[in-house]
Amino acid sequence: MNALADFIAMGGHGPYVWSAYAITFVVLLLNVVQPWLARRQLVKEEARRLRREVR
Amino acid sequence: MRQVIWLLFRREWLLAWRRPGDLLNPLVFFAIVISLFPLAVGPEPGMLQIMAPGVVWVAALLATLLSLDGMFRSDYEDGSLEQWVVSPHPLSMMVLVKVLHHWLLSGLPLVLLAPLFALMLALPLNVLPVLCLSLLLGTPVLSLLGAVGAALTVGLKGGGVLLALLILPLYIPVLVLGTGAVEAATQGLPVAGYLLWMGCLSMLAISLAPLGIAAGLRIGVSE
Amino acid sequence: MNWTFFYKLGSPKWFYDISGRWLPWFAVATVLLLAVGVVWGLAFAPEDYQQGNSFRIIYIHVPAAFVAQSCYVMLAVAGTIGLVWRMKLADVALQCAAPIGAWMTFIALVTGAIWGKPTWGTYWVWDARLTSMLILLFLYFGIIALGQAISNRDTAAKATAVLAIVGVINIPIIKYSVDWWNTLHQPATFKVTAKPAMPMEMWLPLLLTVLGFYALFTVSLLMRMRLEVLRREQRTRWVREEMEKHA
Repeated sequence: MNALADFIAMGGHGPYVWSAYAITFVVLLLNVVQPWLARRQLVKEEARRLRREVR
Repeated sequence: MRQVIWLLFRREWLLAWRRPGDLLNPLVFFAIVISLFPLAVGPEPGMLQIMAPGVVWVAALLATLLSLDGMFRSDYEDGSLEQWVVSPHPLSMMVLVKVLHHWLLSGLPLVLLAPLFALMLALPLNVLPVLCLSLLLGTPVLSLLGAVGAALTVGLKGGGVLLALLILPLYIPVLVLGTGAVEAATQGLPVAGYLLWMGCLSMLAISLAPLGIAAGLRIGVSE
Repeated sequence: MNWTFFYKLGSPKWFYDISGRWLPWFAVATVLLLAVGVVWGLAFAPEDYQQGNSFRIIYIHVPAAFVAQSCYVMLAVAGTIGLVWRMKLADVALQCAAPIGAWMTFIALVTGAIWGKPTWGTYWVWDARLTSMLILLFLYFGIIALGQAISNRDTAAKATAVLAIVGVINIPIIKYSVDWWNTLHQPATFKVTAKPAMPMEMWLPLLLTVLGFYALFTVSLLMRMRLEVLRREQRTRWVREEMEKHA
């Protein structure tokens, strides 16, 4: 457990290292998730529009 | 060809003469911006002297941007820009005439006006020639690069601010070199290097910018 | 030389199909490279004797900076291809890559600033690298703003292409002048001393994360481009079939 605590503390630089990595992770995730969600949205809207046209 | 250039030049001159505000407003803006700084940071000459090169140059940048906004707008609106694009004469050449005219009416007055304000900012007398020289070499680059931005944003509604956003990052080398030259002169160090580099940038801008301006105008007109 | 590949790129459908096949591989590569690189860099790389553990930020700061810079060059290349060969896909690439590049620049700036606190004592210093990154962010904003301001899509593509080319020519000039400016104004305390060559245990995870960032950039770009292609080609039969497949 001590090793884990040391790892997280990073010799006192913990907050810096982890905040940097966290922000990076969030931004990278955003860049991948946002196009994926937008695509799902587009497909859904298209399906709705096509159904209306057929009717 | 030479006649076309002369005719174009005369046209620009006549148009500018009818609207003296276009010439004077940026200069007044320049004066006001410079005057803001002593009001903001206090009139202590030591501090003003340190800030002087930067303040004069930044004010020059902003004043140039202000004058660039309407560079192609009136031509775009009355259709003469389209005539330029389809004319048999090289667009780059005509554009160069227009930018030269712009510089004569905006850049050159700045070069002449700056020493007055630099004195008000406690810049020592012996540095003033370097200031003028740096502005003389730098303002053409400002006009040329700015014209590229003006050409790309011609006809757009958000014009002025967008133009500033596009062009200011590109102005940074000129700013660094210009203020560097003046600061070196203040400390008695040689300035030839800075001025030569600014000359290089000017040459580069004169040769390449017209192509970019012409491309931007063609794009703007084709819409 | 076989130019068929190049001309095939003119077909959005061909691009959509082939990117659909490549995307899973890039996604797997991204996850693997980043996972291994980050874990290695965080847990197993040796501590820097000067900076302690904060140097581990290098494993995300440097890749982000690399991608940010090469993305801008890519914008200029795509812009040139779009202007010269009138290839719509190049326009799409430019439009889609710009925001990703801006995000990468943002990451580089934020991680650089956070790294600065334990190293120099403040969150922001006007050193050459951070200042250049900030200017790069402004250049990205310019391209994105210009693209949004012009309503006609083709005109917007051409205008942003010209701007990207002008920007890329200026970037070396800007970098050089910022470096010069920095040497003029830098007080001695902030001078970055020449680092000794990195031992392999330190730069191998860096290589992995750099490759991982590039792979992620490709994944994000392909996803965005596929989405834009679907939007642009909405009226065609192959898109309708594609949509019905996934509805």
